[in-house]
Amino acid sequence: MKNKGLSKVDLIFESIDVREVLTKAFAMTSEEIIQQILESGLKGRGGAGFPTGLKWKYTAAEKEPEKYIVCNADEGEPGTFKDREILDKVSYKVYGGMAIAGKAMGAKKGFIYLRGEYRFLLPQLYVELHKFHKLIREIGYDFNIEYRMGSGAYICGEESALFESIEGFRGEPRNKPPYPTTSGLFYKPTSINNVETLVTAIMIMKMGGAEYVKLGTKDSRGSKVFSISGDTPIPGIFELELGMGVQEFVNEFGDGDTKAVQVGGASGFCVPRKKFGETMIGFEGVPTGGSMKLFNSSRSMYNVLHNYLEFFTEESCGQCTPCRVGCQQLLLGIEKVKKGEAKSTYLNELVKLADTMKVASKCGLGQSVGNAFRSIVENFREEVIY
Amino acid sequence: MITLKINDHQVQVKEGTIVLDAAKGLGLNIPTLCNHQDLCVAGNCRVCVVEQKGARTLIASCATPASEGMEIFTNSLKVRNARKHIVELLLSEHRADCTKCYKNQNCELQTLANEYSFGEHIFLDLVAGQPYNIDRSSPSFSKDDSKCIRCQRCVRTCSELQHVSAIAVANKGSHQKISSFHDRPMSHVVCTNCGQCVNRCPTGALTEKTYIDQVWDAIYDPEKHVVVQTAPAVRVALGEDLGYDPGQRVTGKMVSALRQLGFDSVLDTDFTADLTIIEEGTELLTRLRKVLVEGDKKVALPMFTSCSPGWIKFIEHKYPHMLSNLSTCKSPQQMFGALAKTFYAEKRKIDPSKVVSVSIMPCTAKKFEADRPEMRSSGYKDIDFVLTTRELAVMIKQAGIDFRTLEESTYDSFMGASTGAAVIFGATGGVMEAALRTAYEIVTGRSVPFKNLDIIPVRGMQGVKEAAIKIEGTKEEWKFLEGAELKVAIAHGLVNANKLTKAVSTGKASYHFIEIMACPGGCIGGGGQPIPTNIDIRKKRMEAIYVEDTGMPIRKSHENPEIVAIYKEFLVEPNGHKSHELLHTHYQQRESY
Amino acid sequence: MYHTGNLVKDLAEKHGRKRESLMPILQDIVRKYNYLTDDAMVDVATELDISAAEVYGTASFYTFLDTKPRGKNIIRVCKTITCSMKGKNDIINSIEDILKIKVGETTPDKMFTLLETNCIGWCHKAPAILINDMPYTDLTPETVIDVIKGYMRK
Repeated sequence: MKNKGLSKVDLIFESIDVREVLTKAFAMTSEEIIQQILESGLKGRGGAGFPTGLKWKYTAAEKEPEKYIVCNADEGEPGTFKDREILDKVSYKVYGGMAIAGKAMGAKKGFIYLRGEYRFLLPQLYVELHKFHKLIREIGYDFNIEYRMGSGAYICGEESALFESIEGFRGEPRNKPPYPTTSGLFYKPTSINNVETLVTAIMIMKMGGAEYVKLGTKDSRGSKVFSISGDTPIPGIFELELGMGVQEFVNEFGDGDTKAVQVGGASGFCVPRKKFGETMIGFEGVPTGGSMKLFNSSRSMYNVLHNYLEFFTEESCGQCTPCRVGCQQLLLGIEKVKKGEAKSTYLNELVKLADTMKVASKCGLGQSVGNAFRSIVENFREEVIY
Repeated sequence: MITLKINDHQVQVKEGTIVLDAAKGLGLNIPTLCNHQDLCVAGNCRVCVVEQKGARTLIASCATPASEGMEIFTNSLKVRNARKHIVELLLSEHRADCTKCYKNQNCELQTLANEYSFGEHIFLDLVAGQPYNIDRSSPSFSKDDSKCIRCQRCVRTCSELQHVSAIAVANKGSHQKISSFHDRPMSHVVCTNCGQCVNRCPTGALTEKTYIDQVWDAIYDPEKHVVVQTAPAVRVALGEDLGYDPGQRVTGKMVSALRQLGFDSVLDTDFTADLTIIEEGTELLTRLRKVLVEGDKKVALPMFTSCSPGWIKFIEHKYPHMLSNLSTCKSPQQMFGALAKTFYAEKRKIDPSKVVSVSIMPCTAKKFEADRPEMRSSGYKDIDFVLTTRELAVMIKQAGIDFRTLEESTYDSFMGASTGAAVIFGATGGVMEAALRTAYEIVTGRSVPFKNLDIIPVRGMQGVKEAAIKIEGTKEEWKFLEGAELKVAIAHGLVNANKLTKAVSTGKASYHFIEIMACPGGCIGGGGQPIPTNIDIRKKRMEAIYVEDTGMPIRKSHENPEIVAIYKEFLVEPNGHKSHELLHTHYQQRESY
Repeated sequence: MYHTGNLVKDLAEKHGRKRESLMPILQDIVRKYNYLTDDAMVDVATELDISAAEVYGTASFYTFLDTKPRGKNIIRVCKTITCSMKGKNDIINSIEDILKIKVGETTPDKMFTLLETNCIGWCHKAPAILINDMPYTDLTPETVIDVIKGYMRK
């Protein structure tokens, strides 16, 4: 498979003159801004990968005057820690990105939903926000950002659960349709974007969509910030051009003994060594919000799977049957098989259950449990059973 | 109009129609569980999922509106496999002891399992060996968490229909459950015991506390004299649990059945409903006189009715500063109980300590009401056992009675005669109508100025109803009411009770007399009525109530000869000393949680 | 146990009395006292005119809005896969040794509560913990003792 190999990029953390970029953006029309984003091919950087330009376009098209831009800073996918770094280092670019989104869609108000585990960042984030509000007032644009805190619930990273949480309710995902661009926060048209997406957006306004689209591949344009951990000599945050394969990635970040890479966190796919060469990291292969975990041969994939299932069993909101009960069944099931209290063929039933969860769950959490389950059980069956 | 295809058949539906209803229009029944006609859409059980061509996942047909060009498959392999799994998953978190469960044969999970998933269990039992909690603290109902399938119907009922929210969804993940405030016993929180949640629970997680065995014991005890009273709303709904369609009046057969069950005297709550009208009507007129003539600032208006125990507990928790607005009259059930062990026992020359008084009620809150410590005016517990309409149907089946072939019979006397005004107590607006039929005549000497005595403005399913009756041509002693407009309001369902009470409490509304029923539709929609319930069923029961009223020879409470007699022989005068001793009560402040 | 006094009224003045004010109010109570008492939840219910069960149902959803009594310093040890791989069990053993409590428990002097939590976003510096709002990373069984001792001195 032709891929681009691994190359480092420096867009997200690059210092910019935000006043200059904002002034330029506010001089454009809504259509012009959206056109740039569409041209860039930018897809959501939180993991779901919806084309950002389309999201802004749909929200802009709504007639309702009350609209919102929401920044999803509830980074909770295991192995993802790049948004924390972005907020720590370049929060002003997040605010700038939100203001540009607001201009593009006609939203005067932005909310940043920050996970409770990152509360320690608030003091410095407020300092930057204060500066930003001053700047915006000077430029003469009516836009205001507020922080809303999470309190320890992974599911609040799901867009409609996030809205529920801001509105003062349990973070239980809503029925869709309607989608957030029509009915989102407070049931008004909302564009909800990941931290990195918003910073990428402001960079696209600076460099132009036609420049950005030169990076990456046809389906995975641009570059992405990855958070890399596990059995690697160089854990950390790296911005890389999209289009590399897992093999290139392991060559750079592995410890020489990599047996599996979990791409996309607990809701992602586990790529075994034999598939490193044929798997692309991106929307045409295995997508990720940034989480990349490497496991070497000392690790038990049973433990890994068990850890993920325990995670989902605890973090599921609990409202829908396939996820609430399905997660418990998968967890208990592999335990029983391991102890010999259930036949190893029971795993086949569980794989079918994971497939049901994929199509019948109400939201992405339940729908994604099967990704890790299937990929680990299929590729590491012996370790799961014995 | 929208055109879509379901199972390759084209169908046209109005915009906004959900896929579930579109399918129903084609005669296709998609199974549901969390969905309920009375409640907002939840879309969490996922039983109703169907396949949509081109969609990545299955869609919930109860939560998805039909869209132009949609292609839906309700029974594809993908759907069948998913549905089977979902039913299996629900069964795995449900403690199934069907042979011992009160909802056996009337359980929606049982029905689903039977239709989609008979045979061996696929998954592991998640509840076996786990500790479970059954909250039996309330005298009205039990909450068995081990049978809960978390459809959240009870939570939505308590919140949307009743505005009480005594229960909510708590925790998340595998610990998610339906809980009261910090898991406190239901008897220690704002729960009003209205039983609307019991009516809508698809499994045996919420059921009424049953007293069937205790009643059988009393009936078989040769020492005991067991009297039974039947509420108005029971006679238009009992049939539903015995094979009849909703809205069938089975009064005569019900009386025969009760006799065959072995009750010593089959009497009617409607009798004390008439009594309540005399007592409460007099109380209202007294309050009006005190306020309008004597300028007594201590007397509270508007006066609220007090026969709905769910409503009483609601106001005690939520508006304790308005307790003096409540009529001091007991409910007909409790008036009956007090008289059964005094007046009745005396007249029948039976030792009151040997009288067991049983009531058949459409209500679960009545079980709580009977247990209220102040309800012992007779010197004994005034009402010993309260059975719901559902429990009576069970007893009839247990006795092997073929209900359909029973002959009709009539109530025993005394405390068995009643009027049309009494039977309409069962419907929202009925107490008001009955009270007006009597009060107006007391004041003017004439019948209410409505054709056939049918006061239409107070009838119907609208949540809050208002009416104003002009009083003209009064008798001499009621001259102070000449030309006055009596403003009345009626609310049913606690969400509407709350609206009305809040308006009164904040001075935004001025009425003289307000009827409140805790349950949607009034008692005909009570927490003890046959399951299932929906607006059509309740409308049919309500129609039957008014037909029963029209068919009664006497239609005004004060014309009931047994009522005239009881005052002559025993009570002397309305609101007199004896009445206050036996037929009036007081209320208490309760916590806000 | 603590007395809320006018706290909830003041918070309602600050954040408003709408449903969307619920989370900020509960969060501010927890920031001050580390958990929610029944009285606090009832006060909130009264101020916002919602039922106590609703307040409890919402609070209990969020891991950090504890409705069980907690100590002055809540230690949350991450147990998700990378921290698990990098020795979180040893960290827990170390803390259990010095504080003499097990996971889920609070010290008798109510200074420390030890809990496990899910991924807190420090996987590249695992094993990591939070003490109240502060993260501590790259821990060893020894360095975590130093951190705890630092809190003991406060």
